[in-house]
Amino acid sequence: MKTVISRSQVKGDFVSKVAEISGENFFNCYQCGNCSAGCPSVDEMDLLPSQVVRYLQLGLEDEVKNCKSMWVCAACMMCHARCPKGVDISKIMEALRVLRLREVGAEGHIDVTDFSDDYLARAPQIAMISGYRKFLPL
Amino acid sequence: MEKKLGVFVCWCGSNIAGSIDVDLAVAEAAKLDGVVHAENYMYMCSDPGQQLVKDTISEKGLDGVVVACCSPRMHENTFRKAAGAVGLNSYLLEIANIREQCSWVHQNNKPLATAKAVSIIEGTLDKVKENLPLETITIDLTKRVCVVGGGIAGIMSALDLANADYDVAIIEREPAIGGHMAQISQTFPYFHNILELLQKKIDEVKAHPRIKLYLNSEVEVLDGYVGNFNVTIKTRPAFVDPAKCTACGKCLEVCPVSVADEFNRGLSQRGAIFRYNQTEGARIPVLEQRDCLHFVDVEDVEMDAGAGEKCTACVDVCPENAIDLGTIRTFNEEFVGAIVMATGYDLYSPAKMPEYGAGKLPDVIDALAFERLLDPTGPTKGQVLRPSDGQVPKKVVFIQCVGSRDPERHKAYCSRACCMYTAKQARLYRQQVEDGTAFISYMDIRSDSRDFEEFVQQGMEEENLVYIRGRVAKVIQEDGFLRVFTTDTLSSRQLEIEADLVVLAMAMEPKAGIRDLAKKMNVTIDGDAFLSETHIKLYPVESSTKGVYLAGCGQSPKDITDTVSQALATAGKIQTMFSNETLIADPLIAEVKNDVCSGCGICIDICPYGARLMNDFTRITDVNQAVCQGCGACIAACPNKACELINSTSRQFIRMIGDFAGKAEAV
Repeated sequence: MKTVISRSQVKGDFVSKVAEISGENFFNCYQCGNCSAGCPSVDEMDLLPSQVVRYLQLGLEDEVKNCKSMWVCAACMMCHARCPKGVDISKIMEALRVLRLREVGAEGHIDVTDFSDDYLARAPQIAMISGYRKFLPL
Repeated sequence: MEKKLGVFVCWCGSNIAGSIDVDLAVAEAAKLDGVVHAENYMYMCSDPGQQLVKDTISEKGLDGVVVACCSPRMHENTFRKAAGAVGLNSYLLEIANIREQCSWVHQNNKPLATAKAVSIIEGTLDKVKENLPLETITIDLTKRVCVVGGGIAGIMSALDLANADYDVAIIEREPAIGGHMAQISQTFPYFHNILELLQKKIDEVKAHPRIKLYLNSEVEVLDGYVGNFNVTIKTRPAFVDPAKCTACGKCLEVCPVSVADEFNRGLSQRGAIFRYNQTEGARIPVLEQRDCLHFVDVEDVEMDAGAGEKCTACVDVCPENAIDLGTIRTFNEEFVGAIVMATGYDLYSPAKMPEYGAGKLPDVIDALAFERLLDPTGPTKGQVLRPSDGQVPKKVVFIQCVGSRDPERHKAYCSRACCMYTAKQARLYRQQVEDGTAFISYMDIRSDSRDFEEFVQQGMEEENLVYIRGRVAKVIQEDGFLRVFTTDTLSSRQLEIEADLVVLAMAMEPKAGIRDLAKKMNVTIDGDAFLSETHIKLYPVESSTKGVYLAGCGQSPKDITDTVSQALATAGKIQTMFSNETLIADPLIAEVKNDVCSGCGICIDICPYGARLMNDFTRITDVNQAVCQGCGACIAACPNKACELINSTSRQFIRMIGDFAGKAEAV
């Protein structure tokens, strides 16, 4: 599979947006892989955290936009704690989620009234809050 | 009498002429006060250009010259030499920098650039008008050398200098010379036996009539300046008299103390009296006061000489009466002309890497500890055995860049030698344990010297070293294994390796105590406390203080090859200096107006070179001409304006600023 990389991709709107929202410079990353080595959620991810950053460095918008990893990321921040270059990947993941949520618009978000009262009574409040931020309807 | 001044404007090809109208500049310069000659030339620094300057000085009898050209760092010397050759005092020639500070930065506005160039020339002319003819300063030169540090850098530098017939004093903090090299078993990339190589050099040092060894010693005070240093050396008591000791070893057996042996990186135990290492020169035991029960709770040996009730087991057993616990420290002085700082490195403490369990898990060791396992004279007689149970490890994980290349939490720099020594260690392990597997966690392989890349490749191809690209996140102990959590970024897999032994290639950092020593030696250090060279390309072994040279890992992390190159470079540099009978210094230094100085002493504190001293008789400050570098700090600090820089006086500068900034009133 050959991928053509252009300047407009590497310096593109999508990449700048992710950088702006996350406040992280992902060109700090030198791909040591320490984040991926210690990430507790890797089993459920399609791209390793370090791969997500790599794809962003190359401006591979489609791959990053459609990855599962950003939804799996629990923002435990183990990656940030260990990163030798101080890159906070959880912020990058959050930026990717924000961009995706903006793209799908308000009607794409989950609606709290869709859940049963019984479920709402049992669900931890924090899970509901993060659900608002993270989950799209299937 | 007004000086007859000449102005020479260089085109520097199109570098200057491209953005400055050199003809107009000459015409304007010719109109200036005192100028009797002005002209331009395409390359003034060329031979015909210099000839032009020389001829004009002679013909017109110029007694002040301004060359308007590039930075004085480039050609001030060139033109001053040329002027000197035809009898004009060199210090009556000045450079007006119209390239870096004018033409290069104003490429789009020729009229304004030209006007600025003319004002720079005018200002420089005003400086020349008040310049005094000066003679260089002569300084005495003591042709002896002090080498601080007896590792391989200090040894090689000292041997070269001693063989050139100069007296050398080596100051070594430890009880034996050899440094970290003595801990290492074999070299890369040729598997040379280090003990053999090093022993030869150590023997040479010991036998050399020109070399004096100060073991257990440190620099206490440094006085003086280039050519005339006075080093005060503090020597800790050795307690064992080498003249009486027969190295029988009886004292080693009776010592009740048992502590971790630093030389073996904690892989073995030693008594308070012990043999420092396995080299021939260390057969005579040394007594570590810190660990000895005789000195418990005592800070200062002097205070406790001959204490009664405490342990004297070694003294009692010694058949030769060679041990005297009442020995006290001594001070010596060495007068030298040059100093070599070969202070070396420590490994960054593995205790700072809790995620790798170092310090807690016995089978996570640092690279020097692994070297001790490989050493035939080491604690395991050269067998690679796990520290925890003495078994042969079948799976070893080597982790590179531990503490290095980590600006966020540890050291930002690359420690340079680890890629190669890790490959060497893994290869030696595989050669010894045929059914063993060596994994190497790496980020990049830096193998940038002769036969280095081949050495690494050979390890992969012939010894089946498994290189895994990715940093290790953590190491834990579980079910009798060390579990190493890592990643392979090349296959994008999170990996877990079950290992028997983990070896950490810790970052190198400057030797403990280097900050204090650097302060004593007046040598600048960088943010990581490595000793700074004057210029990374052109003056790589010169420190910020004249006469103090740098070699080895104290300057930056490096391998033995580079360390030795640098050590030999310092010896070469010092021999060049010693080829003169006296030293010559630039006279562009500070001077004190005796009738204005109030003797407040502010300049003494402010001087970064220690060049200012209070004259106890006159109660005003003197300038040590040999030490002053003409930096001007004292001029700025003096509340009475009693200090001036010769040929850069405040009066000259205020006039120059007036010329540059549009004729402010000169004072």
